Amino acid sequence: MLLIDCPFCGKRPELEFRYGGEAHLARPADPADLGDKAWGQFLYGRSNPRGVHAERWRHVHGCGRFFNALRDTTNDRFAATYKIGEERPAIPEAEGAASA
Amino acid sequence: MQRFSALALIRHAFGGHRSWRPQWRAAEPKAAYDAVIVGGGGHGLATAYYLATEFGISNVAVLEKGWIGGGNTGRNTTIIRSNYLFDESAALYDHAVKLWEGLSQALNYNVMFSQRGVMMLAHNVHDQQSLQRHIHANRLNGVDNEWLSARQAKAFCPPLNIEKSMRYPVTGAALQRRGGVARHDAVAWGYARAADAMGVDIIENCAVTAIRRGVGGAVEAVETTRGTIETRKIGVVAAGNTSTVMAMADLRMPLESYPLQALVSEPVKPIFPCVVMSNTIHAYISQSDKGELVIGAGTDAYVSYTQRGALHVPMHTLEAICELFPIFRRLRMLRNWGGIVDVTPDRSPIIGKTPVAGLYVNCGWGTGGFKATPGSGHLFAWTLAKDEPHPINAPFRLDRFRDGYLIDEAAAAAVAH
Repeated sequence: MLLIDCPFCGKRPELEFRYGGEAHLARPADPADLGDKAWGQFLYGRSNPRGVHAERWRHVHGCGRFFNALRDTTNDRFAATYKIGEERPAIPEAEGAASA
Repeated sequence: MQRFSALALIRHAFGGHRSWRPQWRAAEPKAAYDAVIVGGGGHGLATAYYLATEFGISNVAVLEKGWIGGGNTGRNTTIIRSNYLFDESAALYDHAVKLWEGLSQALNYNVMFSQRGVMMLAHNVHDQQSLQRHIHANRLNGVDNEWLSARQAKAFCPPLNIEKSMRYPVTGAALQRRGGVARHDAVAWGYARAADAMGVDIIENCAVTAIRRGVGGAVEAVETTRGTIETRKIGVVAAGNTSTVMAMADLRMPLESYPLQALVSEPVKPIFPCVVMSNTIHAYISQSDKGELVIGAGTDAYVSYTQRGALHVPMHTLEAICELFPIFRRLRMLRNWGGIVDVTPDRSPIIGKTPVAGLYVNCGWGTGGFKATPGSGHLFAWTLAKDEPHPINAPFRLDRFRDGYLIDEAAAAAVAH
């Protein structure tokens, strides 16, 4: 089970959280201007990286707040957690993340 | 290929079984092939087999970054059924069940396909309505599925608990008698052996590192850890790693990869006659011919490539199993593991062409790809050979996510899977 560092509450077990999918997928400001391809990509396209993944979590059984996290999908280690609205922190390329 | 038969078994017995040869060659990659299949799981090997046998394309390489049968083909719970709601899905999965029925003979390999019946339990009014809707839809599509009362369900599967005092009592079940299980490793090995006999090169420990494209963006070659291989047709069948491979051709896929866990108990004598699934309390269980109870858990919540998951996920399933089958409460679990499944937004697969000429993809089977192995391979081979989809896989095209023609089995099943 993951130990997740909520930016508001500190480290808590994964059971207290709900996963919220990929982070930083901004809804297009003017969807009417978008073609089908771009709209389809916004709705369904995902980076699904083998390596560092920016993702949303919600501390449902705690403070109830959303936050973002950077996690390496090859070993499930969290590199950082940060509040919604903050910039994605720069982190050094995680060890082993690039190997396929 | 050394054919298997009772006579061959007897003949080899006299030689102490020392003259059996490896079932496929350890092929070295050639400089060029007519088609390259990326991914040596069941689906990829089946694709190569049907390319060679049905479409006359045998100058084919199957590239596998690990070993044959080491990915999801060796990690699933081996359940086979075709009782899907939508017309498109029913046609797709029933195509596979029909191929399963003759597979051992076709491959000269005992894949231990056993049509022992797949029973899906209802626990409340919603389940009953949903399953009966499935039964009617299936009947219209020529797929067998029938309704059982709780008592009939218990008669079909005696270990089942149908006491009214359960937290989620069993109120009935849908039974597909043609459903069942097969031996997963044998499926991979059987396809590998039969494809190899047709001249297909199966190249293990060979990861694809880049896709090279030429004039007009069409594919020219794949770069691998064992050198460059030129080809005009690439079929990507890489399950959880599909996004990574497709990114090499600058395609962003509607996929996310999640760990899906399964576990087996210590082996016991034959006690469990069928497959039982419960979507509502999330449990599915059958017994392998070795005697182990094979139990499937759910996916972990988050994207991951680790091939493991958290313990609370199988715990949740075991609680449901113990409630449904109190007789198993004191069994010990032997092993648990995870496989990485590529999940689409509508929980239906993608089989077809891509915007890149010469690049084809077969992915998105999510948590239920094993059952489709022969059908998936056959349809994908058709698509590769003819450069157009077979009518059965035409609806499962990649650009349905652009056009909005989803095949929403996710909503049809009404469960998280």
